[in-house]
Amino acid sequence: MIGLSQVKKAYNQGRANEFWALRGVDLHLERGRVTVFRGPSGSGKTTLLTMVGCLARPSSGRVSLEGRDISALPERFLTEIRRSTFGFVFQSFNLLKGITALENVMVPAYPLGGDHGALKRRALELLDRLHMADKAHSNAEWLSGGEAQRVAIARALVNDPRIVIADEPTANLDSERSAQFLDIVAQLKAEGRTVLMTSHDPLVAEAPVVDRVVSLRDGLIAGGG
Amino acid sequence: MSNWFGRQRALMDFAVSSLARRKGKTLGLLAVYTVVVFVLASAMLFSHALRREAALVLAGTPEVLVQRLVAGRHDLIPASHLQAIRAIRGVKSAEGRLWGYLFDPAAAANYTLMVPADDAPAPGQAVIGSGVAQVREAAIGDIMSFRAHDGQLVSFTIAGIVDPQSALVAADLFLVSETDYRRLFGIAADRFTDIVVTVRNPREVRTVAEKIDAALPDTRIILRDEIKRTYESVFDWREGMVLLLLAGAVLAFFIFAWEKASGLSAEEKREIGILKAVGWETGDVIALKSLEGVLVSLTAFLLGYLAAWLHVFQWGAPLFEPVLKGWSVLYPDFRLAPHVDELQVATLFFFTVFPYTLANVVPIWRAATIDPDQVMR
Amino acid sequence: MLFQPAIIALVLASALSALMLVGCLPFAISVLRRWDLSSGAESQVRLEKRTYLVATLVKVVLAAEAAALVLFVFNADRMASLFTGAMCAVGTLKVDPYGFPALYLKLAVFFLAAFWLVLNHVDNRGWDYPLIRVKYAALIALAPLLLAAGVVQLAYFLGLRADVITSCCSTLFSGGGVTVTSNSVAALPHAWALGLLGASVAGVLASGGAYLLWGRGGVLHALLSLAVLAIGLAAIISTISVYVYELPHHHCPFCILKREYDHLGYALYIPLFLGTALGVGTGIAAAARRHASLQQVGPAIARRLALGSMLCFAAFGGVCAALVWRSHLILFEGAPWH
Repeated sequence: MIGLSQVKKAYNQGRANEFWALRGVDLHLERGRVTVFRGPSGSGKTTLLTMVGCLARPSSGRVSLEGRDISALPERFLTEIRRSTFGFVFQSFNLLKGITALENVMVPAYPLGGDHGALKRRALELLDRLHMADKAHSNAEWLSGGEAQRVAIARALVNDPRIVIADEPTANLDSERSAQFLDIVAQLKAEGRTVLMTSHDPLVAEAPVVDRVVSLRDGLIAGGG
Repeated sequence: MSNWFGRQRALMDFAVSSLARRKGKTLGLLAVYTVVVFVLASAMLFSHALRREAALVLAGTPEVLVQRLVAGRHDLIPASHLQAIRAIRGVKSAEGRLWGYLFDPAAAANYTLMVPADDAPAPGQAVIGSGVAQVREAAIGDIMSFRAHDGQLVSFTIAGIVDPQSALVAADLFLVSETDYRRLFGIAADRFTDIVVTVRNPREVRTVAEKIDAALPDTRIILRDEIKRTYESVFDWREGMVLLLLAGAVLAFFIFAWEKASGLSAEEKREIGILKAVGWETGDVIALKSLEGVLVSLTAFLLGYLAAWLHVFQWGAPLFEPVLKGWSVLYPDFRLAPHVDELQVATLFFFTVFPYTLANVVPIWRAATIDPDQVMR
Repeated sequence: MLFQPAIIALVLASALSALMLVGCLPFAISVLRRWDLSSGAESQVRLEKRTYLVATLVKVVLAAEAAALVLFVFNADRMASLFTGAMCAVGTLKVDPYGFPALYLKLAVFFLAAFWLVLNHVDNRGWDYPLIRVKYAALIALAPLLLAAGVVQLAYFLGLRADVITSCCSTLFSGGGVTVTSNSVAALPHAWALGLLGASVAGVLASGGAYLLWGRGGVLHALLSLAVLAIGLAAIISTISVYVYELPHHHCPFCILKREYDHLGYALYIPLFLGTALGVGTGIAAAARRHASLQQVGPAIARRLALGSMLCFAAFGGVCAALVWRSHLILFEGAPWH
């Protein structure tokens, strides 16, 4: 469902500190599977996820999603695709401070309009499924790491995406919480969602729920591609 | 359509909550903005109210005023001119007036001395304005004396105090009888200060004035419309001057607004980055930030305007009194009639909200175009 | 020049608006020269980001011009007392030769900015921004107009001198007096005016309806909208205003905005102008469908704009009819509405 061909990405193009994070990646990812990208820091795995997740455009090469070439789309349309197709769980969770967990979950749906009451019910349902219903009205900054992550997952799911992207999801969690996270991943997979993760963590790479591990090094695929 | 409304509502809710989350910054901006609106609005409301007051006064003045000029200077007009004017076709009436200024050494103030056309006080009596009563601490029945032109004392018993409809001009009034007036200044019985003329058909004012000018070449003719026009432009000019003087303050405010808008805190930048990463589009962020600006602008505008309204109409504009009015030592204690003018509100809006919006556009855009993948880097 | 708050505000507003658009010109030129959507280079991404700024600025300019238009007319009316012989805004605008041109240019800027925003809105819905070069070429064309509007307005205000009395000479003969003559538009016969107005409103509603039903005739709707604007303004001057004032020879298009006439003018001008902007927008959106990426979106937007413009024109027609109906003035003996 997702195809990359000769994808390259440069930062600070044309300047002295020009840096090529990806240097020609070819990859095909299938629907409904859990894939882990691993590699040392600076290997380009996070950049790869931003290309796949429509957060950024490749400097050259093609990215296709469900058969459609999205590499030349302006930001306006990338955003449209992103918010209907992808859900993101960030490494440091990136919740908004000063508002409640519930509002954090609802935020991605605000620009879409739609019925506010229905959105609220959907958000509460998601928090309930992740056993966070009792914390729904707590401010985001009062939550523990594991709780914050579950709010972040609920937020990623609020627009009902087909693909969930998680960047180093277990980096800030202890082993028990990491195992709980992998259970959630298994649920997502069971619902038919595609899950893409980056991780250093052997616990993640070796988890039974993971279908495929892709290794990156120096902006190129080193194994599993 | 309902989607559009849902979106605006959600964005509005979120804008309110983000403003509330940054209480210090929001309140600071709001306070400065409100003060700027308040000062500008006070100046405009005040000068506008003065203008209306003046118009009210003018409404009671004669349509045509004839003065005699000698060597380019205003001189007493002979009673014979009255007959000449009355003979002109179209003139309804012509009356001589007696008025002038009287310096009172005791109060170090100038009074406007007048002989009213009807209900003039009896000889030896005077009716005074509220300002005169105040500086001299005079009450009905008191006696005030002045030196006449030949050094003799002329005494007046206060018979009444003018109940001021428009205190701005009535405050320094001193009304006396014709006999006393002529005695004070030594003016002959066949001389007047000027002549007021009423015209049968208001459309013929100009024609009648031309005829008077032709018949009496030593006179100057002043039409009410001309005075009105002069007043209008003088007041406009004053208002414009004040605005220009305040421009410095306004400019400082917009630099401040620009600073505030562009100096996004790390926390705010992080927030925008997160919003973009979770699926907000640049346009959505611009809409959100614009809504925040609109909320602040409208609140500050309403608060500032309301405060200015209270300042001018309830408390008598203590901040502007010395600048915009006062051609007399006697500051009249008066209350301006409340009035709100659409043109003025629109002008004020242009002076405050429009530049504020402009100062915000570029910073908002800059903040909104943060790369969405930044939170992942 | 009259040193007056409203005048200062207007000059300030048009100066800032012109400055903003002129500031966008270098960017517009680099879009024309370097726009390449297929490139993922950072320079292209920067260009794309800038388009958001330009669109926002034009929105601000449009809002400012709309407000300035009202302020301009209001102020002209208020200044009438400053000029010998001027009774209302018409007199003030005729004080020097730049008054009416300034008003017309302001109107033109208002409409063109509105059309540009429709164009922008349509283009933003096509994934490859097919109209981007047209859009920025149009922006380059719009900038001189905005500048001209500002300059002519300034010339108008600079030419204003109030007839002020001074104490050193007789003021009787100040100013020759400005004659407010009725022009040829006011001389349009009432029956013609009302007939044309009725026909053009009916025509524009029909063309809008046809577009909604069959998706054809969007450009025709745009042209008819412009026709309604022209005929509507002429009819307001020659006939509708006469019904409002109930004076057979008072043809002022501005006095109806005043409080004495319950601000009725707004009920006429707002739907008329909005309807025209949306109606012409319909044509723009409908014509955009020849671009592959706008084949679906263009007509969808055009449909909404057509509906909006029809509502506005219907409201305009309704208000005109209501004003004629409630008036005590009888221009036509035995007319069916009396």
